[in-house]
Amino acid sequence: MNRRDFTQTLGLGAAGLLLPKMPALARTVSAEELLEPGLDILVKKRLADAALNAATAKGATYADVRIGRYLNQYIMTRENRVQNIINTESFGVGVRVIANGCWGFAAIGDTQSEEDVARTAEKAVLFAKAHARLIKKPVQLAPQKGFGEVSWKTKVEKHSFEVPVKEKVDLLLTANGIALQNGANFVNNTLFMINEQKYFASTDGSYIDQDVHRIWPNFTVTAVDKASGLMATRDSLSAPMGRSYDYLQTNPADKLTGVTTRYKQGYDMLEDAEAAAKQARLKLKAKSVEAGKYDLVLDPSHTYLTIHESVGHATELDRVLGYEANLAGTSFATIDKWQSKKFNYGSNVVNFFADKTQPGSLGDVGWDDEGVKTKRWDLIKDGILVNYQAIRDQVHMLGEAESQGCCYADSWSTVQFQRMANVSLAPGKERLTVDEMIRDVKKGIYIIGDGSYSIDQQRYNFQFGGQLFYEIKDGQIVGMLRDVAYQSNTQEFWNSCVKVCDERDYRMGGTFFDGKGQPAQINSVSHGSSTARFNGVNVLNTGRKI
Amino acid sequence: MAIISQEEAKKILEKVLTFSKADEMSVSLSGGRTSNIRYALNSVSSGGEADNMSLLITAGIGKRMGSATVNEFNDKAIERTVRRAEEIARLAPENPEYMPMIGPQTYLETPMYADTTAKMDAEARAQVAFDSVDACEQKNLSAAGFLQDTTGFSAIANSKGLFGYNKATSVDFSVTVRTVDGTGSGYVTRDFNDITKLKTRAVTGIAMQKAMASTNARTLEPGKYTVILEPTAMGTLLQSMMSGMDARLADEGRSFLSRKGGGTRLGEKLIDERITIYSDPMNPEAPSEPFASEGRNRTGSFLGGGVVGDGRPQEKLTWFENGVVKNMSYSRFWASQKGVKAVPPPTGFIMAGGTQSLADLIKSTDKGILVTRLWYVRMVDPKTLLQTGLTRDGTFYIENGQIKFPVKNFRFNESAVIVLNNVEALGTPMRVNGNLIPPVKARDFTFTSLSDAI
Repeated sequence: MNRRDFTQTLGLGAAGLLLPKMPALARTVSAEELLEPGLDILVKKRLADAALNAATAKGATYADVRIGRYLNQYIMTRENRVQNIINTESFGVGVRVIANGCWGFAAIGDTQSEEDVARTAEKAVLFAKAHARLIKKPVQLAPQKGFGEVSWKTKVEKHSFEVPVKEKVDLLLTANGIALQNGANFVNNTLFMINEQKYFASTDGSYIDQDVHRIWPNFTVTAVDKASGLMATRDSLSAPMGRSYDYLQTNPADKLTGVTTRYKQGYDMLEDAEAAAKQARLKLKAKSVEAGKYDLVLDPSHTYLTIHESVGHATELDRVLGYEANLAGTSFATIDKWQSKKFNYGSNVVNFFADKTQPGSLGDVGWDDEGVKTKRWDLIKDGILVNYQAIRDQVHMLGEAESQGCCYADSWSTVQFQRMANVSLAPGKERLTVDEMIRDVKKGIYIIGDGSYSIDQQRYNFQFGGQLFYEIKDGQIVGMLRDVAYQSNTQEFWNSCVKVCDERDYRMGGTFFDGKGQPAQINSVSHGSSTARFNGVNVLNTGRKI
Repeated sequence: MAIISQEEAKKILEKVLTFSKADEMSVSLSGGRTSNIRYALNSVSSGGEADNMSLLITAGIGKRMGSATVNEFNDKAIERTVRRAEEIARLAPENPEYMPMIGPQTYLETPMYADTTAKMDAEARAQVAFDSVDACEQKNLSAAGFLQDTTGFSAIANSKGLFGYNKATSVDFSVTVRTVDGTGSGYVTRDFNDITKLKTRAVTGIAMQKAMASTNARTLEPGKYTVILEPTAMGTLLQSMMSGMDARLADEGRSFLSRKGGGTRLGEKLIDERITIYSDPMNPEAPSEPFASEGRNRTGSFLGGGVVGDGRPQEKLTWFENGVVKNMSYSRFWASQKGVKAVPPPTGFIMAGGTQSLADLIKSTDKGILVTRLWYVRMVDPKTLLQTGLTRDGTFYIENGQIKFPVKNFRFNESAVIVLNNVEALGTPMRVNGNLIPPVKARDFTFTSLSDAI
């Protein structure tokens, strides 16, 4: 799920009215509230032990407990005013058990009582036993050594909640003002900041305390031509990051210049707002694309989403096996293809790796939500499918004894399950710049930024839009296009990848609200890549009249 | 957690308001129990329960507002949250669009609550899963399904005397049935307020039949086809349209309801004259909340719960009448600018249909495609409501009034407005995701490519 879906869910996208309009400036006092340390670690340990002991006393063969405090602040603005500032905190305890070979889960909010937590653990055992008659095989959990009492923190140079809200609001409104001065009719600008304080304990003997930070500044600039009825938008070229407010401090090394400036580890909102407004106006006058086959040059700010949908989800083992069949679907990347050791997922320049340890990435944590130390591993090597993403109760199906550490729950109140690791396209091994790549293209489109996206339930057929489309003719960018979307299927598309720029161009994009599971949970995940070229992709024109 | 009664909720909200030092304050309390069981490959994969309550406090000081949420309910936590909301408000710039809170309202008592659902336990859920799995196993089919039941309440109050309370139960069931060799797939979904209306084996049977009938799918070339969109598919297509009824976006030239040259299309005929869409919180088949709030949202989500609208009552209202745009939703600010009634956006909708069954629609079709479900539908262009997505879990070719054979799934690029202009026939509405939607037969539906997905 991306921001558009999220705001749609909130009624902000189209209906726009579920949330009250709440312009607000806070000062450090309010931020200090968000900075309160939460429960003392000794109290957490006592609660955790109460849960584990109660579960095992009722017959659980395994139990884990997550004590979570989830802090969020988001600031929403439009044009010259603040629409909303909401600080949320959510605190509670979730207990997961195996009893009679079956999983059970129960959660309770707003408690520091050992009795409450013990009762919740007993309830989880009750559910497991009630559901056990419906299992075909008992849960087989990969062994995991206990780590004792350990901790992990996102590297934070400037804590988002320590920054006065006024400063954040000023930044957003200044960016909006710049956009309006440069031709935008409307601008919606949002800043999401998240802090997950998660304490995990299990009967394996782990007591893991983690402090995870994420941030996502993003705007949409809109230009309207009422006479013609046309509208054009341009979203920010920021990325959601596993960072804190330091992401909003740029230095020249973080910027890549070209047809538009793109960003690495730091984001310049003011500069991007100016460019976005000018580009939105240009899009109104841009040539409507002629449908046909084109060579595509895809910027990492765009490719991340294609990676996410066609590789990230397709290589989740739970999907492959059929556990997500009722909602997200299954996957074309079936076990037999992996076992063959010769399934050409992509061309030989295509190398994908999964990594839960990439600094600054959304998926960067020390341990996953079932007590497994995170790591990096290959998924596709020289175009061949070599592995999946799996968790403790699945990994034996791959003949492996150790989980890859990609189990996650979005709250204390939801059960952890397999969620995507950061899945990234490795940069090309040979030195190659974007300009050099474009020089070789006779008839192509250079796409920057993510747009609409859709993929089938087995991850074959997809369609993607974008933010900026530049026509390439005989090695030159000749102008802007509009109404562009491309369609392909996963294997064909990645096998049409002929070149990937080198590591100098490597950047991460990501999704803040990736949805999966029933009940639906969100996950934040990054995808890195360098600019890549794909030959002969089918492009359609999305212009319509109603 | 037993849900909190109207009296208990009122007591808590009044207590919160006593802490207020703001000019005005609104409070929203929501909570409940959500339980589920999930199964796949004919085996339970997860199940559990979560209880939570959330409190959202919004303080208004002059033309400034601040808001905060919390899910701890001791006096200290409540007072701290009240102060936080007030501090944020006190430091806020004046909002030129600020609207003072509204006074007491009269709310409908909607029929959203069923005691039978509130009393469900783990055994009852396991029985639903068993009935579904057992039916599939008898035919050597593989079931993946999900049952979620929710019992919750939401209450709103403000310092001007407004108070509203609603309690609700819901049951959502869906199952995807696949052939063991993965060559066929079928789907069905049902949702009710009352669990006794869910006939699991019979409903699962529909998905089973589709799974078995969809093996050995043939390839049809993409292009324009007459389609029969089952209610599940039509509902998905309509969702964006019905969540896009906001007048301000239309006035700003950013919506399918914007008029070329400026203004909105209110009063204009936009779709076929056979189409009437309205909302009715009191509809016995698909009741909806009496006021705009997220009283039963998942706990621990980004917002943490308790997000509330401005307390405007929901009432029966027609959005499209005989194809004409009859009403649009207005924020109170935008309504004041335009001098019109501040109509809140719909929380559910009902599309009027005909009396024909799905079988009747098929029988009257010379050539066409029957679509069970649409998947991964995303907006491509909000100005034209162009969306893209795919068919899924049962796509069949119809010829001379009969289903002839299953076909491979398609990707479509189509606008709900165009579909509703190309309507040929409407069937009997059924409940889908809290809305009532008929099956719709429409010509010239645009399929743009093929998918190998099953």
